[in-house]
Amino acid sequence: MTDPKAPIAAVTAQLRSVLASGAIVDDPTQLATYDCDGLLHYRVTPALVVLARTADDVQHAVRACAEHGVPFVARGSGTGLSGGALPHADGVLIVMSGFREIRSVSARDQRAVVDPGVINLDVSTRTRPEGYYFAPDPSSQQVCSIGGNVAENSGGAHCLKYGFTATHVVAAEVVLPDGERTTLGGVAPDAPGYDVLGAFVGSEGTLGVATEVTVRLTRTPAAVQTFLAGFADTDSAGAAVSAIIGAGIVPAAIEMMDALAIEAAEAAVACNYPEGAGAVLVVELDGPEHEVQTELRESEAHCRTAGAFEIRIAADDEERQAIWRGRKSAFAAVGRISPDYIVQDGVIPRTALPEVLRAMTVLARERGVRVANVFHAGDGNLHPLVLFDERVPGQGDAAEETSGAILDLCLAHGGSITGEHGVGADKAKHMPKMFTDADLDTMQLVRCAFDPTGISNPGKVFPTPRLCGEVPGKRNAAHPVQDAGLGEVF
Amino acid sequence: MVALTTALRDTGIDAADGTPADALDGQVPACVARPTSTEQVAAVLREASARDAVTVVRGKGTKQTLGGVCPATDLLIDTSAMDRLIEHQPGDLIVRVEAGMPLAALQEHVRASGQRLGLDEPVPGGTVGGALATNTSGAHRLQLGTARDLLIGVTVVLADGTVARSGGKVVKNVAGYDLGKLLVGSYGTLAVITEATFRLHPVPDTGRWVSATVRTDALEPLLARLCDSQLAPAALEIDWQPHGSATIALLLEGTTDGVAGRVEAATAEFAMPTTVDVDLDWPWSRPRATDDPGTLLKLTCRLGAVAEIATAAVELGLHLRGSAGTGVLYAAAPADASAASIAGMLQLLRPLTARSGGAAVVVTAPLAIRHDVDVWGPVSGLPIMRRLKEQFDPGRLLAPGRFVGGI
Repeated sequence: MTDPKAPIAAVTAQLRSVLASGAIVDDPTQLATYDCDGLLHYRVTPALVVLARTADDVQHAVRACAEHGVPFVARGSGTGLSGGALPHADGVLIVMSGFREIRSVSARDQRAVVDPGVINLDVSTRTRPEGYYFAPDPSSQQVCSIGGNVAENSGGAHCLKYGFTATHVVAAEVVLPDGERTTLGGVAPDAPGYDVLGAFVGSEGTLGVATEVTVRLTRTPAAVQTFLAGFADTDSAGAAVSAIIGAGIVPAAIEMMDALAIEAAEAAVACNYPEGAGAVLVVELDGPEHEVQTELRESEAHCRTAGAFEIRIAADDEERQAIWRGRKSAFAAVGRISPDYIVQDGVIPRTALPEVLRAMTVLARERGVRVANVFHAGDGNLHPLVLFDERVPGQGDAAEETSGAILDLCLAHGGSITGEHGVGADKAKHMPKMFTDADLDTMQLVRCAFDPTGISNPGKVFPTPRLCGEVPGKRNAAHPVQDAGLGEVF
Repeated sequence: MVALTTALRDTGIDAADGTPADALDGQVPACVARPTSTEQVAAVLREASARDAVTVVRGKGTKQTLGGVCPATDLLIDTSAMDRLIEHQPGDLIVRVEAGMPLAALQEHVRASGQRLGLDEPVPGGTVGGALATNTSGAHRLQLGTARDLLIGVTVVLADGTVARSGGKVVKNVAGYDLGKLLVGSYGTLAVITEATFRLHPVPDTGRWVSATVRTDALEPLLARLCDSQLAPAALEIDWQPHGSATIALLLEGTTDGVAGRVEAATAEFAMPTTVDVDLDWPWSRPRATDDPGTLLKLTCRLGAVAEIATAAVELGLHLRGSAGTGVLYAAAPADASAASIAGMLQLLRPLTARSGGAAVVVTAPLAIRHDVDVWGPVSGLPIMRRLKEQFDPGRLLAPGRFVGGI
């Protein structure tokens, strides 16, 4: 067998001849700084890092990888929480964060064309003066990239009303895993053919790398109202959510935090939420002025009927930011009340909320850990934070176990193992609980069409790779993996 | 293929030899199977693929002349016996149905709970499966999106009989690839859709159409104002007959008071004489139902080019209608238009729409025209689409010839 380092050496040599010298990182110390994304407990040092600044850079890197049978992983800002951008030890990490210009904005067409490394919030910052914004707003929007949003089909608090990244990306230029560049979708809707873009968005980097993204811009609403409601417990807050949705109101967002999450947020950002609250709701309504006022009155009434003891309506943008500060800081804030924590992401049908929350408390108590809850209540997307202390023997395991049991609970109620953080490296093992082998094999037919040799972000999403049959007409030479003497590695 | 009919009957599946009433593109299928469940569809497809039987799916048969021409069909799978509503959870705003359920029946059921599936029905009488396979949409797509936005879970059967599911019954879900996106608008060429789960929306208290007749030179400025307004319209439609003037109609939905206020604001935005109606007599985007013998084109473009594309279509003698708020327009040719004249129109409209980020495709046309004219035109990303087809249906048994590039 040939030297296992030979393919990466060949890729490095090939890229040196076409990329700027600063674009290649192969110094071991520097490589080590790229060993994880936002999911810190998975760490792998990549064999090579390419700092891409153009689509050509990406294409060179992918083509070299394809020629030498080397795996590659694209990484945006590295904020993902499922290890989707976890590097491959024998592979190339293509870092997109320096590839970030907003190419064009057209308010009339309600479109913007951006590089994949552009920061989510920067699109809205740029377009708001013209009255438009990019609707998907993950909590990390100040740092996460559009390319990462595309890979993960990112959501955020406002996707209850406005939909996910998939709803707001209309076209993408992508480099396919064989190094070919193609455009998926179009500026206009309903491009003829399969909705390949729809399958690409949310494929977690396993189908190729986006090198240019055309996004839909949304008109800013005429009015926005945000209020905070304090409840004695999560049951009554949950009842308020059901009443609001049941009344036919579609709020821009409804977020819930339980007592432990409130405690953490208070400790971190002094958000001054209602004292003694066992749960708070953050409700945001937007749209035409009159509708928003009506919905505000109705929502407020539903909250009071459900037992809200305090309701604070934001008088202006500053007060609105203050209300959101507590919610958006919640994940990090938990660090103030617990030395270690796991961020979980699961989905349940919204009506199962009270039952699932109670069951979760029992699960945690049985295992001697605590669970803080911060979640998108409107669409049943839970973010339980399992709090533990790694120094206490057995707590790390108990926390892992609780976290897994929470996913089982979600599935038992007909939900999902991830609402927005993705499957990545972290949850691939849970996929068979949600899908049959036939389901997963069928999904992997898509993978086989895009990436028959499995070099694009391998090891993510699927617990077991499917062996792809040779695609007729696609290759006329020997398989590059075989050529490289690596057939058995894959 | 009598053997197939017999074999299916032997396994307890309702099957019969095809009759002239089952003809597709002028050819009678050898066998028509009427499965009653996903499992039966799987059994049918296992038998069919073992015999290399070319297979087409039919719901209510309202969209069989859409897309390219199929070669002789061996098997027609009729989904009309799979018309059950499996689950409706009003509190979760989701509904799960079998694909053969008429879309109108679904709407009627969920309406009793004050809900709706945000899919208009441009071709009345069709099934949920047909709407998904052809990705039909109407005026409400401006606010509620298309089937690709509303479908949250799907069960399909592959050509070889494999049953697979993707998504689920919660709206927010990123576990695994979203096969539903690929299946919607795939014209039955990737797999047979047997079940679908949708997110629902509440029915608004009321709705009003504000419309005006607009001079050609005032069209783009008006559309620009309306698109840029904060009226949050549910729909923005255009209707334009050759030799006539364009009508622009804006649909406002919401609370009674709220809509009244926005009707006033919209009237001011129009800055021309308007009428206000509860209903339009042309509400669902298309100039005519697809069972009409004429040719119907679909023209898409960026928002800022709607007026230009519409003007070009009307100057060609086409009756234009569609969603001016999304850039999805439909143009009907006179019933007696020849293949040559349709080809001529496409030669002009394809580069024009392409320059505006869109495309011109033939939605439906008389058989002779669909034979002679390239109904889909140039398609970006065709090689990857062929590879998808190759993976899902390597024997090219499912509706071959119907889709882009002859897929």
